[in-house]
Amino acid sequence: MAQVKIDQGQVRQVAKLSRLELSDAEIMQFSDQLSAVLDYVAKLNELDTTNVEPLAHCLPVSNVFREDKVRESLGTEKVLANAPQHDGQFFLVPKILEE
Amino acid sequence: MSDISNLSCLEIKAKIAAGEITSEQAVGAMFKKIDENEERIGAFISLCRDEAIDRAKKVDAKIKVGERVGSMAGVPIAVKDNMCTDFAATTCGSKILANFKPPYDAHVIERLKAQDAIIIGKTNMDEFAMGSSTENSGIKQTKNPWDTSRVPGGSSGGSAAAVAAKMCPAALGSDTGGSIRQPASFCGVVGLKPTYGRVSRYGLVAYGSSLDQIGPLTRTVADAALVMNVIAGEDLRDSTSVSENIAPKTDYLAGLDEGVKDLTIAVVPELNEGASAQVREAVKAAIEAYKKLGAKVIEISMPHFGYAIATYYVVATAEASSNLARYDGVHYGHRSKEAQNYIDVYTKSRAEGFGEEVKRRIMLGTYALSSGYYDAYYLKALKVRNLIRRDFTQAFEKSHCIMMPVAPTTAFKIGEKAADPLEMYLSDIYTIAANLAGVPGISVPCGFDGAGLPIGLQILGPAFGEGNLLKIARSYEKVNS
Repeated sequence: MAQVKIDQGQVRQVAKLSRLELSDAEIMQFSDQLSAVLDYVAKLNELDTTNVEPLAHCLPVSNVFREDKVRESLGTEKVLANAPQHDGQFFLVPKILEE
Repeated sequence: MSDISNLSCLEIKAKIAAGEITSEQAVGAMFKKIDENEERIGAFISLCRDEAIDRAKKVDAKIKVGERVGSMAGVPIAVKDNMCTDFAATTCGSKILANFKPPYDAHVIERLKAQDAIIIGKTNMDEFAMGSSTENSGIKQTKNPWDTSRVPGGSSGGSAAAVAAKMCPAALGSDTGGSIRQPASFCGVVGLKPTYGRVSRYGLVAYGSSLDQIGPLTRTVADAALVMNVIAGEDLRDSTSVSENIAPKTDYLAGLDEGVKDLTIAVVPELNEGASAQVREAVKAAIEAYKKLGAKVIEISMPHFGYAIATYYVVATAEASSNLARYDGVHYGHRSKEAQNYIDVYTKSRAEGFGEEVKRRIMLGTYALSSGYYDAYYLKALKVRNLIRRDFTQAFEKSHCIMMPVAPTTAFKIGEKAADPLEMYLSDIYTIAANLAGVPGISVPCGFDGAGLPIGLQILGPAFGEGNLLKIARSYEKVNS
């Protein structure tokens, strides 16, 4: 099987999707390391899984319903307590829309 | 009086109940041990000294007036720093959560408090539980108490080291691919990963949600049973917490000494070849001990076991990339001071807050889920996951449990595998499959290598068979101690 190769362009694209700012050194390093891991992962292709169902959960879990009732929740103060920036009522972020 | 720090949870509990010692003394003995050894070991991220002494005094007062107390009344315990505590910061070993003070307690913390256990501190871990050596902690390096030039294992390395160094008789860890069992093995303590769904994950910081499970690390099998009695059970706030109707919780201490009648043990010869000679010898000797106790040993094959690591590093990283999207620099956690616009808030905060391994896994998971690669990686891995589970189902049709090493080697040197992520991943070869299949596993000390480092025997059982696993482990502990 051909060696899997994640080039630096792909690493940049995945970093963008992941919302991670990476340095050029990190991009080079991840290109090598991700290629090595994915090359290893490619051994899954040795297995024929034609009639095998995908297994997302190992237990027979089904949807869990609960009564649609108002329950106690965290108050504004507690919710905002860990925010990097807030005004006591809302989370604050830099302006999103251009003038 | 003998040193309280040498005692097990059950011994401490009994002595407190009998009025021989107070909880305050027990907690004090742990902090004394911590003061003497923590600088050398580095097991804790934070200590809850005042809170713990305060709670211990309250439990002592309750006992004094004959008030009803819980099943862990006055017993000190440590908790991995990825479980939310409303009285102590919860960092998850990450700079991005360095100042995070949870507004609520995790389910397991509520349970411990309700049973009057005393939480003494939060233990170190690989950042977001991603690692096998605790070297990925963004806070500090924990060292193996048996040899401080070596890793304690991971990701629950702080919990394992704290219990091994007798800073506490028990600790909670979490296990996504071996993170309880492997450090337990490296530090010579008992570590149980329960069945997926047995213990609520409410308030556990998520890594791989279909794999994560909380469990105990202790020095005796009975203490693991005691802690399981406290933390196991249904919780409506975790939708994957298993219903009491499907798998009722049992008393794990009941009949613990009775063993399992007509025990049949499965071994997988093809797998053991990956382990070092000394690990193989120790595990073989442990299985011989079971034979002497009357167990029958059968050889089986698990043809898909060898694909577990490849499967795991797709499934776990995919789930992680989604779970860790919540660290956005807005609601909680670190925000970059350099951020000029809202995209910067995400990309710079995450770049500054996450360590290298976390970034690597987010990248890997994002890649595996991205358009064009989803079928080739994620879907393929989920199918192989089904084949791995099938291997277990077939094994348990013929046996009560499977025995194998916990890890291919004993504790390795700090820095030895840090440069090569894949090499580090491969050290999880024996533990990962249980998480993919959702079945429980326990690590029990089974001797030492030539350098005096502990070796662990891994016993894997069918879903919701923790009770039997503990009995099986206990019967070996009795003849081995």
